[in-house]
Amino acid sequence: MSGRHAPHWLSRNTVPLTMQRVIIALAPVTLCTLLWFGVGVISNLLLLVLFCAALEAAALTLRQRDVRAGLADCSAIVTALLLGLTLPPALPWWLLLVAAVFAIALAKHVYGGLGQNPFNPAMVGYLAVLIAFPDDVARWPQPAFAGMDQVDAVSAATPLDSIKMQLNQMRTMAEITAQPAFGLLAGRGWEWINLAALGGGLWLLRKQVISWHVPGSMLLTLAAAYFLLFAFTPATQPSPVIGLLSGGTMLAAFFIATDPVSGAASDTGKIIFGIGVALFCFGMRTWGAYPDGIAFAVLLMNTAVPLIDRWTAPRIYGHRERPR
Amino acid sequence: MRVPLSKIARPGWGIAFDTRGNSADLSALSLPERVCVPLQQHIGSAATPVVKPGDRVLTGQPLARAAANRLGAAVHAPLAGRVQAIARQPGPGRTGLAVSIESDGTDERWPGYTAHRDPLRLSTSALRSAVVQGGIVGLGGATFPAGVKLNRGSGVDTLILNGVECEPVISCDDALMRTDVDAMLLGAQIMLRILEADSCIVALKDGMADALQTVTTALQTLADDRFSIAILPPVYPAGGEAQLIELLTGREIPAGGLPWDSGAICQNVATAAAVAHLLRSGEPLISRIVTVTGAVVAPANFRVRIGTPISHLIAAAGGYTDTSSRQLIMGGPMMGIELPDDSLPVVKATNCIYVPTIDELPATAAELPCIRCGDCATACPAHLMPQLLLQAQATSDTERMQSLGLQDCIECGCCDYVCPSKIPLTRRFVAAKQELWDIAFEKRRAAKARERIAARTTRQQRQQQEQADQLAAQTHNVSDTDTAHQKLQELLQRTGADREDPS
Repeated sequence: MSGRHAPHWLSRNTVPLTMQRVIIALAPVTLCTLLWFGVGVISNLLLLVLFCAALEAAALTLRQRDVRAGLADCSAIVTALLLGLTLPPALPWWLLLVAAVFAIALAKHVYGGLGQNPFNPAMVGYLAVLIAFPDDVARWPQPAFAGMDQVDAVSAATPLDSIKMQLNQMRTMAEITAQPAFGLLAGRGWEWINLAALGGGLWLLRKQVISWHVPGSMLLTLAAAYFLLFAFTPATQPSPVIGLLSGGTMLAAFFIATDPVSGAASDTGKIIFGIGVALFCFGMRTWGAYPDGIAFAVLLMNTAVPLIDRWTAPRIYGHRERPR
Repeated sequence: MRVPLSKIARPGWGIAFDTRGNSADLSALSLPERVCVPLQQHIGSAATPVVKPGDRVLTGQPLARAAANRLGAAVHAPLAGRVQAIARQPGPGRTGLAVSIESDGTDERWPGYTAHRDPLRLSTSALRSAVVQGGIVGLGGATFPAGVKLNRGSGVDTLILNGVECEPVISCDDALMRTDVDAMLLGAQIMLRILEADSCIVALKDGMADALQTVTTALQTLADDRFSIAILPPVYPAGGEAQLIELLTGREIPAGGLPWDSGAICQNVATAAAVAHLLRSGEPLISRIVTVTGAVVAPANFRVRIGTPISHLIAAAGGYTDTSSRQLIMGGPMMGIELPDDSLPVVKATNCIYVPTIDELPATAAELPCIRCGDCATACPAHLMPQLLLQAQATSDTERMQSLGLQDCIECGCCDYVCPSKIPLTRRFVAAKQELWDIAFEKRRAAKARERIAARTTRQQRQQQEQADQLAAQTHNVSDTDTAHQKLQELLQRTGADREDPS
């Protein structure tokens, strides 16, 4: 007799497996970013993985927790990858370290480590360096496919940034999107990066690592918001396609806003969370000071999670009302 | 006659199990040489023995009757022989008094029961008391005394014959439907008569093709238009009483209520068959079908006398295989209990003896923190949010646990099953429930004590008042009010002084 208790069968799903699947699903978007932005992406990713893993180990040691199990759950790697894909390539190493410290030490372990963080660690790390060093973080290199046709190494504004700037200069959308930097759909390079993130995200959906509720509601709301404004003022408003395939939209929809720890618990809650992220993001992109507001939008909705959880708890079997 | 048949869609909750490889054949089993019959094999109180060591008992003879005015059920001699001992013995999940009988090999029947050719002509009260006397309990595993559940005037309009058998690996209900369908349907008719209900749904699981065929044919012959068939998806726990009522009738058992408050009750298919055997053949509940499966040479279903040692079944199934984990589970992999060894007897609740293979049992993985993935909430058939319950449990926030529906947890284990962090949620919730129960018990006790003290204080005050009144009345008789008052004051002072005086 081993003192086992029911249930005697357990599913094969584990936290490390979930995290590993997220890492696998990030492969296409990582590859795509690498192809368009060069080896700077690799150095970013490697340094961030190193920093995040080291900080995770240090924090676990300080908190007297099992370091090996903490590293084996791979959650720090996921955070590192998300940071590496949202920060521009070839940042100075110390900036990456600052981002990692904010993400792992402050946003995650100060709150109690895995599962306890109210805010998305990667977004906290990203925003900390974005706010503190806006010039470094806004500076993305000119996207060049596999290093070919790279005119110079001069940095350029991202499509969202450039749209915002040129609209302020009273150019029309038609003029802006006619420029070669705008590629086929939503900006050279960026459109492919977003499509790659979408592909990885769909695989995660199929593997049931994430549910449709957050990405579905978020992308639909974002598309609807873009469409509404675009329908009335097509000259000064980016199209829904640009909205969906530029900046960090797809990465956020499938990999960031779906973070279960800092997200809403119930299915209805997840839908509300997704709608909220989309609305905040759209508002900030359209009227705010930053070109892409998605990180702010995620953190803002993180703060709303306890409230959403309270409002959207499902009705329990045999009860007339929802639990309060 | 066409039998109405409905197919129920897969609910959002639960776990879909592949139930391939379940053997439903009923194999022969020899009588054991000795049986050990626990006196408590049901929810409620242990039965009171009516035999003593040394007595010769016959098959079906009452060994113990249900304790008066308490929830319980009688137990009967599973075979003829001599009572060797009535002593505390370990049983599956519970140690308690048990009657050991050594078989004399005759299997001679006790003549105390009447076999009725047409039980449906008996009065409802006669039927119900027969069910109580026959020691019939729910054979789905919960062993709720059937007589209590078959209550006339409880407002039940629908009887659900539960053959869903939603736990994987178990196939005893499948076997029963295939081999004993006439008894099952007669039992259902008897139950309908007792309940004065007008519809009966035979519920079985998608994939039980043979059983479906058998039941359909039998119902066509029976031509009773109160019956219909429902096919449930192979989802655990679709065969749980609350879930089955919801899936089939759209009604729910109200929180804190009992099944019949929903207007529907479930009875296991084997329970119905047992009722019919009792009334038609005069055989009380002394046997049941048991699935023996997993790492045994020849998995099978047996009709087993209650009290038979499990080792007897294992031997009949050809013994353990090499891949056996050497662990025994009574019930299924989701809710079954682990047994220390195979010397324990089969009881009324024993629907299955499952011997997991080595690779069927998960390695005891270290528990990781909850990442709030919400898989548990999706799986929960009671629509709880186990991830939030766990948070409340971790901070001992009993109020929050209650508002999150701790008491509504049916302990099905779905949340544990899906949890990627391998957190033993169900076990925690069961412990928390027990704690709440203890707190409530303590509170009730404290309230009673308070009442007692309050009553005593009022009594004392009343006595003092009466004494004072008497005194006042006496003094009033001898003098005028002023002197009486003065005397009373003096008296009180004196008694006060007396009290202060250490001598």
